[in-house]
Amino acid sequence: MHELSIIASIVDTVTESVAAYPGARVVEVRLRVGALASVIEDSLQFCYGIATDGTPLAGSKLVVKILPVVMHCEPCAADVELEGLQSFRCPRCGEPCSDLRQGRELEIEAIEIDEVEEAV
Amino acid sequence: MTTRIVELRRGILKKNDELAAGLRASYSAAGVLVLNLVSSPGTGKTAFLEITLRELRARGARVAALVGDLETDNDARRLAASGAPVRQINTHGICHLDAEMIGKHLDGWEGVALGALDYLFIENVGNLVCPSSYDLGEGIRVALLSVTEGEDKPLKYPTLFNSADAAVITKIDLAGPCGFDRELALHNINEIRPGIRIFETSAKSSAGIEEWLAYLAEQRANRNA
Repeated sequence: MHELSIIASIVDTVTESVAAYPGARVVEVRLRVGALASVIEDSLQFCYGIATDGTPLAGSKLVVKILPVVMHCEPCAADVELEGLQSFRCPRCGEPCSDLRQGRELEIEAIEIDEVEEAV
Repeated sequence: MTTRIVELRRGILKKNDELAAGLRASYSAAGVLVLNLVSSPGTGKTAFLEITLRELRARGARVAALVGDLETDNDARRLAASGAPVRQINTHGICHLDAEMIGKHLDGWEGVALGALDYLFIENVGNLVCPSSYDLGEGIRVALLSVTEGEDKPLKYPTLFNSADAAVITKIDLAGPCGFDRELALHNINEIRPGIRIFETSAKSSAGIEEWLAYLAEQRANRNA
């Protein structure tokens, strides 16, 4: 359960980033989370409401995109997507794979903000 | 009012990753092999570390350990009996160690300089989930599993086992009474982390410890070659 520290880190990064847009309101925060990142979306959402209260992120929506694990299969000479996390074998040829290409991501992809237009 | 999308592409644990990269560089410059031991509470990390520290010291290796727990310095006191310098990190509720805690506890550790060590062991907080996200700059991440926990632990916690460099099965002296299915456990570990080095050990009978010590020496020699 380290989702709260993850949200705290998101609050810091986003607060820092929106400072460049005075008066802007954060509408949405988009995350990319690998299936091997040890993070549960429900816990993130639960912590998000609490930890963003009183910050520039208050009232914004958290959108979590889960990325499947992608391994490089030597015999197939291809990047292959795993269907689950119970077997790290190539779904095409069945050989074990140890070269991870995607699945540990834990990043803020983008934020959506509403800007107040300056009076002309 | 206009809506704008601001691309950030920022790693959420970037601060930890940067601190860990700094630690990794300092370990490497000092020539010390750092191991991060991760398992559930009760797997026997401390007992495994006790015998490891004792045996390495008996062979003339210079060793030290940092040990993480939510509260108490019980583990540090147990490990200090080996004669090695040991420092306790109390996280006070935090479920993992992070690079900042390691950096802080290495700084100002009286009488311990990285350059004067061959091995530094970090015993993480007993938890199979959260520690896997936090890089401590270690050279080797070790996932431990005891025979009393069930052969499917690697399948239940693939994130940790998949990120480990070595796996240690502990308490094999209890394998019989527990009805431990060795083949199944080895198979499951290999399904999650194909080709990983696996050590079958007992801190009580010293089984598997020689092989583990040989691995440590070999890893250290390779890295400092």
